[in-house]
Amino acid sequence: MFGLSLPTVPFLPFLSGGRSTPAGDAPLVLDRTSIDEIGRELDALREETLATLGEEDREYIYRIIKAQRGFEVAGRGLLFLGFLPPAWLAGVAALSVSKILDNMEIGHNVMHGQYDWMREPSLNSRVFEWDTVCPSDQWRHSHNYVHHTYTNILGKDRDIGYGILRMDPAQRWHPYYLGNPVYATALMLLFEWGVMLHDAEVERIVARKRSWRDVLPLAKGWWRKARRQVVKDYLAFPLLTGPLFVPTLLGNATANLVRNVWAYSIIFCGHFPSGVQSFTEEETAEETRGEWYVRQLLGSANITGTPLFHIMSGNLSHQIEHHLFPDLPAHRYPELAPRVREVCEKHGLPYNTGGLTAQVASVWKKIFLLALPPGWVRQEPEVRVVLERRETHPAATAGTLALDTPAQDTAVLGTAAQDIDKGAEDGRTVRT
Amino acid sequence: MIVRDLPQYARGSEILKKMLVNALGVLSTPHHPDRYLELADPLLATSANRARITDVDRTATGSVTLTVQPARPCRPVPGQSVPVSVRIDGVRHVRYFSPTLLTTGRAPRLRFTVGLTPDGLVSRHLHENAAVGDVVELGEPTGEFVLPHPRPRRLLFVAAGSGLTPVLSMLTGLAAEGYDGAATLLYYTRTPAHVPRRAELDALAQQPNIGIAHAHTRSEGGLLTGRFDRAHLASVAPWYAGTPVYVCGPADLLDAVRAVYADNGSDELVHTERFVLPTATVPPGTAEGCTSFTSSGIVADNTGETLLEQAERAGLNPEHGCRMGICHSCTAVRLSGCTRDVRTGELDSEPGRRIQVCVNAPVGDVAVEL
Repeated sequence: MFGLSLPTVPFLPFLSGGRSTPAGDAPLVLDRTSIDEIGRELDALREETLATLGEEDREYIYRIIKAQRGFEVAGRGLLFLGFLPPAWLAGVAALSVSKILDNMEIGHNVMHGQYDWMREPSLNSRVFEWDTVCPSDQWRHSHNYVHHTYTNILGKDRDIGYGILRMDPAQRWHPYYLGNPVYATALMLLFEWGVMLHDAEVERIVARKRSWRDVLPLAKGWWRKARRQVVKDYLAFPLLTGPLFVPTLLGNATANLVRNVWAYSIIFCGHFPSGVQSFTEEETAEETRGEWYVRQLLGSANITGTPLFHIMSGNLSHQIEHHLFPDLPAHRYPELAPRVREVCEKHGLPYNTGGLTAQVASVWKKIFLLALPPGWVRQEPEVRVVLERRETHPAATAGTLALDTPAQDTAVLGTAAQDIDKGAEDGRTVRT
Repeated sequence: MIVRDLPQYARGSEILKKMLVNALGVLSTPHHPDRYLELADPLLATSANRARITDVDRTATGSVTLTVQPARPCRPVPGQSVPVSVRIDGVRHVRYFSPTLLTTGRAPRLRFTVGLTPDGLVSRHLHENAAVGDVVELGEPTGEFVLPHPRPRRLLFVAAGSGLTPVLSMLTGLAAEGYDGAATLLYYTRTPAHVPRRAELDALAQQPNIGIAHAHTRSEGGLLTGRFDRAHLASVAPWYAGTPVYVCGPADLLDAVRAVYADNGSDELVHTERFVLPTATVPPGTAEGCTSFTSSGIVADNTGETLLEQAERAGLNPEHGCRMGICHSCTAVRLSGCTRDVRTGELDSEPGRRIQVCVNAPVGDVAVEL
């Protein structure tokens, strides 16, 4: 499934796919009553699902775990026959599937606390470790907390560009970003290592906002976790296969690579396709529950596909539902999706979804376009919905600049209605 | 304690097993080898002691008696309780039961009696659904409700309902070790049909130095009728003054026995074990009691705020993230007490459960591992 589409990924910008989110002309203004109502409707949906969690969900995750462990054992076993090319290929495929299931449908979701309600010590979010070099505690900090709490807030959500890419027009352009496609490709190939280093916030060290000393405790975690991973894949199993040391090592490396490329592709489709909106710290200060929900809705994008595809993506293909309900078991997202979509349609909100090829294409197009200086390319408007925030909101007059953003690139993303009108008059429909 | 009871060769094989598990761990990292082994058979797990139910006895009214075969030795001192985890609708629940160690047969088994309480989730589940072949998980035996060394010459036991289990375990242990003093049990049940483990009780009563007096609170047919009082004690054990007594049952029985002994000025001879089910009975919205942060040893008055806020107010800085219940960074073990989910108002008081301290506020006394 993934094996087919991946090699073509770098060329995808030249393709265009049918996308279901039409780009509107003027942004929709969502009033406070609607925002509160959306909050209540989504809370109700969450409560409803929580009340029905039980044996079926337990059986589901254990079935997935059983499948993953089966693929793992099969993959490792087949590599003992690695002198036969079909066995080597099958072994690598099985191992890739095992690693993908482990990281996505099991690891990522279990670490979100999606199965904490089962009170099963081995599937508790605080205890679970996954089959990558990134230590789970660092992941929970950078992902569960920072990314999921501050989703798509420029300057706070470090997943916007991961500190090395320009993924949002509001990030100030710099000649460094001419390398955007190169960095993205490197990140894709070495994704697990990128994820591991993520919490170090290296870009902030470069900017002298953080000291190398802060990285030391993290590095201890890397050493502890990555060492075991590396020993397993690149030493212990190759040694066990004796004369097949090199084929086994290459097989394990390939499985890690396949997982890297697949995970990167799914994850980049979650927040970077066109039509996904980002926010400023000022407008999101002191958010209400409803506002938080709407930001998650606008900041995420789904991928359509078959049930098997959803499982292999860890149901991150339902990124919107995942961001609304990060601690509900992910296999419930498909049943929640139509109802979330109903809420969106009722309030006129966009629901960003598309096929894998279309979403991946859209992401790579963005990677290429944002490599170039803002003046060189026509960029589509990213803001389709403006939230009417509370009147007591501070900083509405300050121009609400995103971090690192020159004024001319950003229109006023105000909190009061007149700011939006002004923005529309200027013809600068918000943020280039 | 456990190691002492094991034969010498068992230690060597334990060490060997540990080395093997560690070696497997290099290959199975980041998962414990158990996560693979248990897929073949849950009892193969090495880091948890699981047990298979080998017998379910429902003949007594109001209780069910289960016999389990643990995968690895579990040797509670008679009177101690063992945490038993069972799964109900996908959720794992832990309850403490006091098993009797059965040493007949190839490997030691454990037998425990579960009294049916109307609102007891686990007891009702076991009563209705426990079947031979089911797997439960056992924890480490705990508890101070054990007989002293050296054994007193006389021993008195008072039990009611499923409070029989630790006491039966003690009596069985005494019989097995060849205790030559005198032991008397005064046992309360509603009717003769409510008496669990009749065969074991009858077999113990055959011993010349063990006496068992049945008392029924709701019917005739026993040696005594009605609830515990001084007269019961005087008729069964006129020598009770100066004899240590081990009592297990509901709170009012414990209080009644204690009162009788207190009149003699010998309350230090009363040893009690109370069987209580954790239930959320405190009304929400009341900020009473104390919040204990056990890891730091701080105890503070409950202010009604979330546990995270109270911990911070007490000068602690617990790990946390979103402060809105989404990221699960702040999860901590609630050792005891009842908490309310501030988002849903839901109350929960199962001991040992991991809760998100940023969205849970204590209701009454709460101890949390922070």
